[in-house]
Amino acid sequence: MAGEAIDIQQLRHVYTGRGGERVALDNVTFAVQRGEVFGLLGPNGGGKTTLFKILSTLLAPTAGRATIFDDAISNPAAVRRHLGVVFQHPSLDSKLTVGENLLHHGHLYGLRGADLSQRIGAVLQRLGLAERIADRVETLSGGLQRRTELAKALLHRPPLLLLDEPSTGLDPGARRDFIQYLQQLRTNDGVTVVLTTHYMDEAERCDRIAILHRGKLVSVGTPAELKTHVGGDVVVIQAVDPPGLREKIRSRFACDATIVDGTLRIERARGHEFVRDLVDAFSAEITLVTYGKPTLEDVFVHLTGHRFWAAEGNGGAAP
Amino acid sequence: MTQLLPVYTLWRREMVRFVRQRSRVTGALLQPLVFWLLLGGGLNASFRPAGSGDGLSYVAYFYPGMIALVLLFTAIFSTISTVEDRNAGFLQGVLVAPVPRWAVVLGQALGGATLAVAQGALCLLMAPLVGIALSPASVVATIVVMTIVAVGLTSLGLVIAWRMESTQGFHAIMNLILIPIWLLSGAFFPATGAPAPLKILMTLDPLTYGMAALRRTLYLADPGVVATVPPLLPSLAVSAAFGALALWGAARMAQRAAV
Repeated sequence: MAGEAIDIQQLRHVYTGRGGERVALDNVTFAVQRGEVFGLLGPNGGGKTTLFKILSTLLAPTAGRATIFDDAISNPAAVRRHLGVVFQHPSLDSKLTVGENLLHHGHLYGLRGADLSQRIGAVLQRLGLAERIADRVETLSGGLQRRTELAKALLHRPPLLLLDEPSTGLDPGARRDFIQYLQQLRTNDGVTVVLTTHYMDEAERCDRIAILHRGKLVSVGTPAELKTHVGGDVVVIQAVDPPGLREKIRSRFACDATIVDGTLRIERARGHEFVRDLVDAFSAEITLVTYGKPTLEDVFVHLTGHRFWAAEGNGGAAP
Repeated sequence: MTQLLPVYTLWRREMVRFVRQRSRVTGALLQPLVFWLLLGGGLNASFRPAGSGDGLSYVAYFYPGMIALVLLFTAIFSTISTVEDRNAGFLQGVLVAPVPRWAVVLGQALGGATLAVAQGALCLLMAPLVGIALSPASVVATIVVMTIVAVGLTSLGLVIAWRMESTQGFHAIMNLILIPIWLLSGAFFPATGAPAPLKILMTLDPLTYGMAALRRTLYLADPGVVATVPPLLPSLAVSAAFGALALWGAARMAQRAAV
């Protein structure tokens, strides 16, 4: 069983509606290796939800090819056997208990009887939900409901777990726990995990990430690799007159600043020395300077020329 | 055989959900009952259905119509949830599971139809109030008819629900299509006295034959009362054909709504 968990070649999706055509995915090509936690990072409207829908067999791509464990997505019946899916919106029946939700889910995968009961018990135990088996889902907290979603997706022991914005609505602590659990699944059970996210802290914890922006794949790599795109440290300056200051910096320090959303951004090695010189030279014009090692947000800005959050929705939200 | 497990599980989910949502019980059963008592009671003194046998009051005429309305409302309430359920609910998980769409639709249709028939059967308890003395044979035959009609109506609801993107759209369809189907079925007024254009529409309405079969089985012992409606066996044949067609259509819609 060699080969990638997911292989995507020249995948393209175009939504056609009353407002004309909108390209949601533009010739995207990349692969996910077996046994990695892979993040699809991008602002809303970047194309990651469309990609998630295609991979989870809910949407047929306009063009291109994708295989999941060597089964083409054009053959959904085969692909579905490999998948455990956690949706962005709840997919639990809130009127049913935790146990009933899992029972129905097991039946859909052909599981039944003692084997199914045993699996339900085991997965709930593992996720710390054993005492909740008889509780109605509507009585659980948001965090417990997400965990139950995960239990459901894992019940049939799929080799690939697909999660769409799995930690939306969770507080940062619960978010950290959640991704830690995904890392454990990868390490202990060899499960390949693919999740979409727009949280930087979540993306940081993935083995590799793909950055999607306006339907295009901007970059793929480990978080550390991606950060090497950024030349050195990142200095961000708020100024009274950004274009004016940019000119002055250019003539004084012979370096180019980009203006992103009204703030000046400079990538430069030995940033701390540069900040000192900068403030000495232009203290009157500068209102705020921040300096730091590049984050994934900086990578995004560097590669797209847009701030991550400002890019939200600009590409048109995926339906 | 393995496909029957998903069908069964989806059917069972409908049962459990229904029992846990009391408002649905109230809505589907009490609303037609109130219609029947108010409209039937109010119109009883003024109107006598044309072409009905001697002594059939309006309340009695409207009684099978009320049963059909219970079937229709239950079918609507149980299928309308499909719209939201597949975008942000339980059905999302069903759609990515290795289960063919026809099995999903069959589970939904059988679930909705079971609920409809159970409530329709409860309405039979009121038969003595309108002077119908039900024999065991009549009860069994009526429940068979209700089942065929309920599968048809639920499947029709599913055809619509799987096409819809939002529940608002469903309400419009309900008022423009489903309620007229009921009104023109002979549930509310007989075809006998209706003007020609309406009569044509009533002949084309598939529920006309479900209504006819329902009247025929309720008055199994006294066929003279319902002599003007289409005969039982052809009515059953039309109803069954319509049910099968609607079920097939719903499966097609479900197939198209998602890959």
